[in-house]
Amino acid sequence: MTAAQPLPDPATSPDAPVPALPEAPKREALYFALRNPKLLIGLGIVLAFLVTGILGPFFLSPDPNARIAPPGLPPSGEYWFGTTQFGQDIFTQFVYGIRATFLVGILGGVVAAVIGMAIGFVAGYKGGWVDEILNMITNVVLVLPTLAVLFILVAYMDSRGVMMQSFFIGLTSWPWAARAIRSQALSLSSRDFVDLARLSGVRTWKIIVRDIAPNMSSYLFMTLILLFGGAVLAAAGLDFVGLGPTDGTSLGLMMHQAVKWGALQLGVWWWFVPPGLGITAIVGSLYVMNVGLDEVFNPRLREM
Amino acid sequence: MRKYFGRKIFVYALTFFAAVTINWMIPRFMPGDPVQSRLARASLSNPEASQAMRDYYNSVFGLDMPVWQQYLNFWGSLFKGDLGVSIWLFPTPVTEVIMDAVPYSLGLLLPAILLSWVIGNKFGAYAARSKWLDNTVLPVGYVLTATPYMWLALLLAWSLGIVGGFFPSSGAYSFALRPEFSWVFVSSLLEHWFLPFLSLFLVSLGGWAIGMRNMIIYELESEYANYLQALGAPRRLIRRYAFRNAMLPQLTGLAVQLGTVVAGALLTEIVFSYPGLGFLILQAIQNQDFFLLQGVFLFIVAGVLIANFIIDIVYVLVDPRTRIQMQGGAK
Amino acid sequence: MSLKVSDLRVYYRTLRGDVRALDGPAFTLADGEIMGLAGESGSGKSTLGKSLIRLDGRMKYVGGAVELDGDEVPVWDDRKMNDFRYKRISLIPQYAMSAMNPTRKIGRMTAELLESRGVRFREVREELNRRIELVGLDVDVLDRYPIELSGGMKQRVVMVLSTLLNPSLLIADEVTSALDVSTQRAVAETLVEFRDRRFVKSMIVVTHDISLVYQIADSIMVMYAGRLAEKAPARTIIEAPRHPYTKMLISALPEVGVKYAEKRLTGIPGSPPGLLDPPKGCRFRARCPLASEECEEQPPFVEVERDHYVACWKAE
Repeated sequence: MTAAQPLPDPATSPDAPVPALPEAPKREALYFALRNPKLLIGLGIVLAFLVTGILGPFFLSPDPNARIAPPGLPPSGEYWFGTTQFGQDIFTQFVYGIRATFLVGILGGVVAAVIGMAIGFVAGYKGGWVDEILNMITNVVLVLPTLAVLFILVAYMDSRGVMMQSFFIGLTSWPWAARAIRSQALSLSSRDFVDLARLSGVRTWKIIVRDIAPNMSSYLFMTLILLFGGAVLAAAGLDFVGLGPTDGTSLGLMMHQAVKWGALQLGVWWWFVPPGLGITAIVGSLYVMNVGLDEVFNPRLREM
Repeated sequence: MRKYFGRKIFVYALTFFAAVTINWMIPRFMPGDPVQSRLARASLSNPEASQAMRDYYNSVFGLDMPVWQQYLNFWGSLFKGDLGVSIWLFPTPVTEVIMDAVPYSLGLLLPAILLSWVIGNKFGAYAARSKWLDNTVLPVGYVLTATPYMWLALLLAWSLGIVGGFFPSSGAYSFALRPEFSWVFVSSLLEHWFLPFLSLFLVSLGGWAIGMRNMIIYELESEYANYLQALGAPRRLIRRYAFRNAMLPQLTGLAVQLGTVVAGALLTEIVFSYPGLGFLILQAIQNQDFFLLQGVFLFIVAGVLIANFIIDIVYVLVDPRTRIQMQGGAK
Repeated sequence: MSLKVSDLRVYYRTLRGDVRALDGPAFTLADGEIMGLAGESGSGKSTLGKSLIRLDGRMKYVGGAVELDGDEVPVWDDRKMNDFRYKRISLIPQYAMSAMNPTRKIGRMTAELLESRGVRFREVREELNRRIELVGLDVDVLDRYPIELSGGMKQRVVMVLSTLLNPSLLIADEVTSALDVSTQRAVAETLVEFRDRRFVKSMIVVTHDISLVYQIADSIMVMYAGRLAEKAPARTIIEAPRHPYTKMLISALPEVGVKYAEKRLTGIPGSPPGLLDPPKGCRFRARCPLASEECEEQPPFVEVERDHYVACWKAE
């Protein structure tokens, strides 16, 4: 498990029985989605950050680390978030950092989701000794403290990029997702339509892709969101101890620099407040959005 | 009973084995022979350390030996408690450096984990009671959960430490003091402990509150709760049952979350320059002290595994179902 | 007269409007009567059963009255209903197997439940033991956790637990559906025995299995699409039903003693009308072979002979 905390999904309570989610009809889901404040607010904030991260850099200096201003200026009309002790514009770094954050979140989240889905589906659908072995592997990776493993992995790399970082994060953060998907797949694989497919000799992966996965697509989407959040927090942790990308910038790296160059002691609060706030806002909005999605897809949780 | 614990111990042993193997493999098989290059750099910055480094390096990584021999040697020195010599604090053995730091980390972690779990569960259970509480506890919980550990630590260090001046924001005790068992020293220790503890406690709190809230709602919809309601049992009794039953998955959650909280503690220590394992990691990375880094890693893994095992035992003690199944009494 | 239900209306709230699951049934239940309540799924039989003890979150009381032993039962007021629950109206739920808290010993749970209702556990302890033994269990089940008991044992414990305070009315909701045939019989016989020993005054046995309920019930009431179709002594329902729906239901029974699956009756073409916006008049009209113009008006539920009520224009 990466830095994701217990969330409203069965992953954190592996022993609780997991009911297969009843999939609401699409139109009904949309109806509730448009009326769910949690979903709308969360999605709104995430999209605002996403647009900032994608478009912002086009309007700003091409090098976020360029020393373009007097050092240590507090936020002002000219330098919105102030400047660092080296005269870098913090707003520029912030915008580039958001871009890196989304990149890590998506890449890391997708890598973890692919591994988690592959293992979870196969284990849940196949059962038997395949399940036993995959379960064992999952449990081993689950108890390994992820961030500590990442420290070791990343510390030995001479040049580090966002891609490599995301890949390693994905590689270590899938176990809880695999577990959750496994239990969902398990309950689906005993349904009639899956039995029918199995009896008519359809190949395993085809059944998984065609019959099982679409029936839990909403669940998979929510899992992906949680993995995204986890990847962002893990990356921030790595960056903060100085194991971040060696080129460019990121929100975690900004906090690393701030601490390294004594922003705390110098009272340069505008150096470390924005990056953390950005991460908290993005990840928090994602989590709140997830609660909203859960209410939309899961009729039991709706308020009548 | 034996089967249940046998299985668990097997998984933990396997995990430890995997961790040691990773630890051995990474420096060994990374492209570009990072060990050599780091040794070369280390000998420049700290010449006297270089000979000791090379000795240990040769005994554990000795390149003239076959790979399996190197691997066995690695395990051999591990069992002797020999994790090499620290470059950063040359010539102190890594084991000793770590042992000095462990009490500080444990002193932060244990109270933070236990208190946040207990209090978070209480909050979550209250939240499930009313719409109003739910709408307050839930968003606050999510914001706390989404907060990077080091950021909250920075905010607290800055606001309560530097600006407010209520608590010291760096180190484990005042620089003017020597460790001794006196009132002055202990109070200084507590003052320095408070902010890192608070930071770790707060971030963890949100997750437990949310988890408990969701579990309680799930339990309140369960069939035994329905039956009790149909028989007119007061909400108080039903909530008591739901809370107790929801604690069990929360206990499992505690095991799952351990790694995350430990990682959080590492990051928090760095912000406060608190001399625990996290601080060692930062020093190890900055000083290219990879023996220390690997030693800390193994210690963390071992600690998490032991904690997991303790939770397994507690779980059996509190859940009658597991206990009965283990005794083969289930029908 | 033990129970009197008049024009009770309970709807389900949904997105698209109210589903009229229970649309104004009126009937009475005599002292000592065991009434089987039968119908397809969606006929409103479970809603009726639930309405008499506890409305769940999505159910909405719309109108009507319930009277028990001369007292008004405030089914619309969840809090006031607590005075009736357990002591005067009790329930054996469909999910009896999982009705007990899995992490409490059965005896302790019982004690806590009783004390919370203001009953001293010590004072009923002896009676509890007696009844546990009466249903063929050992008293030491009280020192066990539910997981240590088999399904049938749990079912019997719940039956004893639910009736411990000698309620006037017991609602048994599909109590036999999860059991095998021989256990079904035992459970049914226990229900009769509880009535004979005056543990409960009268009983509504909600079921989709007419053939089973026929063996124990004094009367059977058939529901269709939220309304009453017919109520009569059990023998009359089986041998001389008057409502066309009941007739089809009975003729669809393979033979008495064999359970039929709860699904759309193969012998009756069509399906029950949606209850979101039900058609006017008799709701069985669309499937009824006898339907004619007068059926566009809802037929009243009238007594056509002693204790035999039918809601059909053609029943005379």
